[in-house]
Amino acid sequence: MSTAIPDRPRTLAEKVWDDHLVVKGEGGEPDLIYIDLHLVHEVTSPQAFDGLRAEGRPVRRLDLTIATEDHNTPTLDIDKPIADLTSRTQIETLRRNAAEFGVRLHSLGDKEQGIVHVVGPQLGLTMPGITVVCGDSHTSTHGAFGAMAFGIGTSEVEHVLATQTLPLKPFKTMAITVEGTLKPGVSAKDVILAVIAKIGTNGGQGYVLEFRGSAIRALSMEGRMTICNMSIEAGARAGMVAPDDTTFAYLKGRPHAPAGADWDDAVAYWRTLPSDEGAVYDAEVFLDADELEPFVTWGTNPGQGVSLSGVVPAPEDFADPNERVAAQRALEYMDLVAGTPLKEVPVDAVFMGSCTNSRIEDLRQFASIIRGRTKADGVRVMVVPGSARVRLEAEAEGLDKVFTDFGAEWRFAGCSMCLGMNPDQLAPGERCASTSNRNFEGRQGKGGRTHLVSPLVAAATAVLGRLASPSDLPVLTAAEA
Amino acid sequence: MEKFTTHTGVVLPLKRSAVDTDQIIPAVYLKRVTKTGFEDALFANWRQDPDFILNQPTYAGASVLVAGPDFGTGSSREHAVWALRDYGFRVVLSPKFADIFRGNAGKQGLVTGVIGEADLEAIWAAVDADPGARMTVDLQERTAVIGDLRVAFDIDDYTRWRLLEGLDDIGFTLRNEEKISQFEARREAWRPRTIPVP
Repeated sequence: MSTAIPDRPRTLAEKVWDDHLVVKGEGGEPDLIYIDLHLVHEVTSPQAFDGLRAEGRPVRRLDLTIATEDHNTPTLDIDKPIADLTSRTQIETLRRNAAEFGVRLHSLGDKEQGIVHVVGPQLGLTMPGITVVCGDSHTSTHGAFGAMAFGIGTSEVEHVLATQTLPLKPFKTMAITVEGTLKPGVSAKDVILAVIAKIGTNGGQGYVLEFRGSAIRALSMEGRMTICNMSIEAGARAGMVAPDDTTFAYLKGRPHAPAGADWDDAVAYWRTLPSDEGAVYDAEVFLDADELEPFVTWGTNPGQGVSLSGVVPAPEDFADPNERVAAQRALEYMDLVAGTPLKEVPVDAVFMGSCTNSRIEDLRQFASIIRGRTKADGVRVMVVPGSARVRLEAEAEGLDKVFTDFGAEWRFAGCSMCLGMNPDQLAPGERCASTSNRNFEGRQGKGGRTHLVSPLVAAATAVLGRLASPSDLPVLTAAEA
Repeated sequence: MEKFTTHTGVVLPLKRSAVDTDQIIPAVYLKRVTKTGFEDALFANWRQDPDFILNQPTYAGASVLVAGPDFGTGSSREHAVWALRDYGFRVVLSPKFADIFRGNAGKQGLVTGVIGEADLEAIWAAVDADPGARMTVDLQERTAVIGDLRVAFDIDDYTRWRLLEGLDDIGFTLRNEEKISQFEARREAWRPRTIPVP
């Protein structure tokens, strides 16, 4: 589509960028990039719609825009008015704005409602070779399809609503190659936590990360979404995985996926997207999948993670003075003592959900570990599906029964305790094993302490009441299983 | 957006690295639907500690924040910038900023200058020696002066120019309306459409 394709091997990210170039920036000006898909939710959009109203501007492309309610939505009593007045106001504001401007909206109670990054892919709107933005940093999720997808601020939301474009400086590219085979009990979440621990929470700054290698190719779309989702936690603008047959099989037949001749055209184009032989990345990182183990964070940023079989590190373990101070502060906040084996750390709560890990495969993994078992006494276990449709799918498979028999709470869809904008929050001092994406201070509730883990580790932890991997669980008898 | 040329104000030394957006403004404050009035939300959890630096009378009315590296990491919430701006901050200096935060800041007239680690320490030392000291930030020259100390900061040419001119992004982009329409006419049929609903 672009008129000036450079005559050299290009990366996946460069190809998608080049094909969305409306105006090439000259003299230090940014490029003007076309946006194929704009996802909207209630938190970062009210001020953007206000801006449009103030200037008398319409939404330029309603057919490239879709909204859902997720951050504030309650996960219980969804048929009742939202109790929290400010949450209700924010959701009502989105409903009013969507109605006034004509934006398609999936509201609480609608079968397509859910976390914006779960809804886009399941509708088949997210596809290879497109640009996706949303006023949410975890928009990087959609890169799993070979899309260029990144989070934007509210001013940019307004800009995209008005112009369907964004002025952007080209991103640098970083190849993250993961070769080998993941051991049983090790999953996509462990891969990305290990990547972040390796390159740090700012290691990806200014980059689009391209995840490649045999271990990535072997992952399902859900696994790839988990990895791309947390690219932002390494400071990257976006994460991407080249599209392949796994991608096409996931997409085919979804409500908004291309059909007929359009499908054939699309697949022919999508097959041209993987990085060319000899394409040059600005940086490269390698990981050995065979050596990865279940991972867990011990601190207050997603880079402060270690193997679950390890111990809580000491501040002195860090050479960098900033990291040392941060570790000291994190240990105090997390109420952890250096040298403690992580598997001896007890938890008060387990949260299974968020845009990182709330898709059907995540719920299946969680269920596979807890089936036939009972949760540890005194541990609160919440299972929150990523969308209303995932909830229905899980119930059709009987997973809801597995969760409730185990003693877990089976909730309605939303962002929930990932960031606690709704009533799902930790109490001060409570410790949680969470399948979400951020372990910042107070993220899951003021004074709450978060350990980021995979669904498999979350499940084993819910059984034993302390951080644990599935291999730590006693084998079930045939009758129990 | 108001034009920014120079600014002089009290320096708040925030001696922490990796100040994430959940610390700048906790999620509970994101429920508001207005674009102003976020001053009470700035560093809300930390401000409950009476000893937190923002609570000290010496730094009342501070408008230049000088923080450790990796300022603004985490979520895309522009509210983090609004909270800083509404509190009265016009400038943040740090050795490193998160990308999205920095982009958001540039759109709201908040100057984010990248300084060297040694300059960071020097500024903090200057404020320790003279708490409540004022700094003059010159965007044209890309310099910050406090007492006898003069440091250079980095900000890209384009953002600097937009801040100096106080330009509105959307109006600027819409000068390319014809090119956007031409691009749209070339888009392939397979690309996603949210409506009609199938």
